Amino acid sequence: MSTPSTPSTPSTTRPTSAASTTTVETSAAAAARDTPAAPKRRTRRGESTPAVRLVSHGILIAASLVALFPVAWLVYLSLGPDKDDYLHPGGIWGKMTFDNYTFVLEHTKFFDWLQTTMIVTLGTTAIGVIISATTGYAVSRMRFPGYRKFMWVLLVTQMFPVAVLMVPMYQILSDLQLIDTYLGLVLVYCTTTVPYCAWLMKGYFDTIPFEIDEAGRVDGLTPFGTFARLILPLAKPGLAVAAFYSFLTAFGEVAFAATFMLSDTKYTFAVGLQTFVSEHDAQRNLMAATAVLIAIPAAAFFYFVQKNLVTGLTSGGTKG
Amino acid sequence: MTVAIDRATGKRRGDRAPRPGPFRRLRHGYQKHWYAYAMIAPVVIVLGVLVLYPLAYGLYLTLTDANSLNTARTIGVNHIDATYKFIGLDNYADILWGDTAYDRFWSHVVWTVVWTALCVTLHYTIGLGLALLLNQKLRGRTFYRLVLILPWAVPTFVTVFGWRFMLADGGIVNSALDALHLPAPLWLEDTFWQRFAAIMVNTWCGVPFMMLSLLGGLQAIDTSLYEASEMDGANAWQRFRYVTLPGLRSVSSTVVLLGVIWTFNQFAIIFLLFGNTAPDAQILVTWAYYLGFGQQPRDFAQSAAYGILLLAILIVFTSFYRRWLNRNDQQLAI
Repeated sequence: MSTPSTPSTPSTTRPTSAASTTTVETSAAAAARDTPAAPKRRTRRGESTPAVRLVSHGILIAASLVALFPVAWLVYLSLGPDKDDYLHPGGIWGKMTFDNYTFVLEHTKFFDWLQTTMIVTLGTTAIGVIISATTGYAVSRMRFPGYRKFMWVLLVTQMFPVAVLMVPMYQILSDLQLIDTYLGLVLVYCTTTVPYCAWLMKGYFDTIPFEIDEAGRVDGLTPFGTFARLILPLAKPGLAVAAFYSFLTAFGEVAFAATFMLSDTKYTFAVGLQTFVSEHDAQRNLMAATAVLIAIPAAAFFYFVQKNLVTGLTSGGTKG
Repeated sequence: MTVAIDRATGKRRGDRAPRPGPFRRLRHGYQKHWYAYAMIAPVVIVLGVLVLYPLAYGLYLTLTDANSLNTARTIGVNHIDATYKFIGLDNYADILWGDTAYDRFWSHVVWTVVWTALCVTLHYTIGLGLALLLNQKLRGRTFYRLVLILPWAVPTFVTVFGWRFMLADGGIVNSALDALHLPAPLWLEDTFWQRFAAIMVNTWCGVPFMMLSLLGGLQAIDTSLYEASEMDGANAWQRFRYVTLPGLRSVSSTVVLLGVIWTFNQFAIIFLLFGNTAPDAQILVTWAYYLGFGQQPRDFAQSAAYGILLLAILIVFTSFYRRWLNRNDQQLAI
C-alpha cells in the first residue's frame, strides 16, 4: 500500500465532517515541538480568523461569478428576438421574449435531434455498462494470464486521440454500411467509454469483500451466478457511476457525431447546434435558445448525479 | 496490494509466493480461468473489432497515399474501387522533415505541448486553490461548490458557444474592455489571442473536475495528521507542504495524468471555438481531423499518420510518467 492515509472509498457517504483547516492559524504549540504528539480522536472545528474567512468568501464569490457568467449570459442572449442582439445586449432588456424557444421547438429539427441523442446516449450507456461490468469483475477478481497486458490495453485505449481511429473507423463503418446509423455511433462511443468504465468498475469491485464471492461459491453458485446474483446488486452505486459517465460522455461528444452522422434528422445535439451558424447566416438567437434547452436537462441530470460521479471517478483512479 | 490476493479462491498469497512455472500455468490456465476469459470476451471483441482492427488498418493507411479521391466509394449506384497504393514510410518522412514540416507539424507540436502544459497547470493550481478554500468550515460552501461545478455540468458544446458569443468582435468581453479603456483584442481572429482564448475557455471548463477530485482527496486526509503536525509546531505552510500535498499524492498523480491525456486530446473546444478558421491555433488532434475531414480532398493517409504520431507521443509520455511515479513505489491505478 502506498499511502495508508487515503482510504477513498467510492461509496456515496463520505464523511464530510472530516473537513479540516488548512488555513492560517497562529500556532502556539512551538514549545511542544519535541514531544511526539499522540493523534487525538476529537474532531477539530475549522476555526479561521475573520480576515481569512473574508478573503475566502471574496475569492469564492469571484470564482463563482466567473463560473456562472458565461452560462447566464447565454440564457440572457437567448431571450433577445433578433439574431444580432448579442452585439447590443443592452437592447434585449426592453424586448425580452420567449419567441426563440417557441420557434426552435416548432420549426426546427429539435425533436429529431433529441431522439437521436437519446437513442445514442442510452444505447451507449446500456451496452457500455453491461460490458464494462463483466470486464471490471473479471479483472478485479481473477488473476488470469495476460492480466497485466490487458490492463495496459485498457489504459492505452483511453488515451486514443479521436484522430487515430477516425479515418479507419470511417472506412470500416462505411464498409459495414453503418455510417449514418444509430448502431454505428453507439458502437463507436462504446470504444471510448468502455475502457474507462471497466477501470471504474474494477475499482468498485475491489472494495466489495471477496469473502462474499467465496460464500457464493461455497453455496454452489457458478462464477457467473456469483457475479450476477451477489456482486451486481452490491455494485449498484458503481454501476450508476459508470452509467453516468457513459451518458455524459456520449452526450457531449462532438467529433465522431459530426463525422459519422450525415442526414440532418440524425444529428445529435452537439452537431445540430452547429447548424444554426453557417457561412451565410448565423441565427445566433435561435442557437442560444437551443443551447439553453439542451443545457437545462443536461445540467439538471449532472447535478442529480454529481456527488456519485465525483467520488466514483476519483476512487476508480486511486485504487490499485 | 490487490495483486497479492487470488480473489477467485480467496486464498491469500504472500507477495513473494513462488509462482508456478510457465508450462504448468498454461496447462491449468484454461480450466482455472475459462470464466475470466468468458467475462472479458465481450470487451475484447468490441475493443478488437472497433479499436485494434481500426488501429491496424489505420497503420496500414499511413503507409499508403489514400485520400478521398482514390479510396473505394460508392456514388449513386456506381462502385469505384480503391486505387491508392503502398508508399512505405513516405508519409512519416514528409510529416517529420518534409518541405513545410515546420508549419504543418512541428509548430502544432510545440503549440500542443504548450497548450497541454499550461492548461493542466492552470487546472491543477486553480482547482487545488478552490478545493482548499472549500475544504474550510465556511458558511455556504455547498452553495459555492454547486455554482463552481456549473462549467462541468453544462455540456462543453453548449458553453463553448456561449464563449463564442462573449468573445466575438463586439461581444460583451470586448465591450467591457472598451469601457475600461483597455485594448480589445480580436479574440477569434488573431493567432495569439485565439490561443489565449482557447486556453482560457479550456481552463474554465476543466477546473471543476480537478477541484472536486482534489476536494475528495483533501477530505480523505486524516484530521489527526493535522493535529499531530500542529502539536509539533508546524505552521500553515509546513502543514500544507508536508501533510496536505503528500496526502493528495495518489489523487494528484491520477488526475494530472487524466488531465494531460484529456487536454492533449481535447477536440471539442478548439474545434467548436474556431471551426476551420484558425489554422495556427489547431492542436494536433484538431489539425489531424482537419486534414482527414475538414478539407477537400480529404487526406486520409496523412491524417492517420498524425494520429499514430499523437498516440506514440502519449504512450511515451505515459510510460515515463508511470516510471517517474513508481520511483518511490507509488502505485498508480491508471
